[in-house]
Amino acid sequence: MKRWLALLPLAAFCGLALYFALSLRPGHDPEVLPSAMIDKPMPDFALPALEGEGTLASAGLRGRVTVVNFFASWCVPCRVEHPMLMTLAREKGVAIIGIAYKDAPAAARKLLADAGDPYAATGQDREGRVAIDFGVYGVPETYVIDRAGRIRRRYVGPLTPETVARDLLPLLHQLGGPEAASGGAAP
Amino acid sequence: MIRLLALLALLAGGLFPMLAGAVEPRERLADPALEARARALSGQLRCLVCQNESIDESNAALAHDLRVLLRQRLLAGDSDAAATQYLVDRYGSFVLLKPPFEPATLLLWATPALLLAAGGAGTLVWLRRRNRLPQGAAAAPEPLTEAERTRLAELTRGPGERAP
Repeated sequence: MKRWLALLPLAAFCGLALYFALSLRPGHDPEVLPSAMIDKPMPDFALPALEGEGTLASAGLRGRVTVVNFFASWCVPCRVEHPMLMTLAREKGVAIIGIAYKDAPAAARKLLADAGDPYAATGQDREGRVAIDFGVYGVPETYVIDRAGRIRRRYVGPLTPETVARDLLPLLHQLGGPEAASGGAAP
Repeated sequence: MIRLLALLALLAGGLFPMLAGAVEPRERLADPALEARARALSGQLRCLVCQNESIDESNAALAHDLRVLLRQRLLAGDSDAAATQYLVDRYGSFVLLKPPFEPATLLLWATPALLLAAGGAGTLVWLRRRNRLPQGAAAAPEPLTEAERTRLAELTRGPGERAP
């Protein structure tokens, strides 16, 4: 009994050390929240296209694997993420749908003109209501939608090369190849 | 006079903490009953950006959007539960400041009971062990040997006295 008690502090230390090691592991951010929308159908939306008079509608995205990226010209992490989106679109052939979150259309257009346009189609969510339907709580956020129109993954914050290589590309491959979406904007 | 006013303002701030919310005048509903329901509900909903404030207290843009959305749901005739569920469907039960009882929060809710049970078990074991010790064992130690008695007598003899 006494000997067993002497081991108690050691056991408590080991438990705490394990907990801290798990919490402090690289790439783990305790503020990133799990999405409630995983495996649920993508919310329906019909947004005005950023360019032209068309509409970006969720109905037009059915039947293919889609990457939906919420961004804004006023969002600094989005600028950090931008080159990664360009690489994905240009070199990996991933079709990305952009949704400009609470952004002035002129500012969003200028961003895409200056830094390059990685999006197959872009919609404007001026009120941020579609973002709320997706469960967005900050930009940038990126969602992977499968062929059946279900949300399969949510990435909070800028996509890093590690996330893309380790998770996003394998996931797209598994879901049916990055050739997937070609855009949902009607002319 | 200024001091008195400052004191009054301080007291008012302490007396009416509800007024210290971040709700902007243009967000408020015309119907006081609906607005009161909205205030009560938004005090229970977490701002996802700050994560430790309710949307009623937070100045974050998303908190503003959610306050407006919540009021729109209430205006549309949603019950309190339905309006809350609308946000839970999108943001998960993390949006509730009071966590619901569900599998993911089982440990959270069970921790006080588990700690109480562990403490109770420990106390019980300790009490049992204490009671199992022979009665009076501590009160009546073994009698001193002859050598110890002599030594004790030497030690307790007053200073200046000599051994015979």
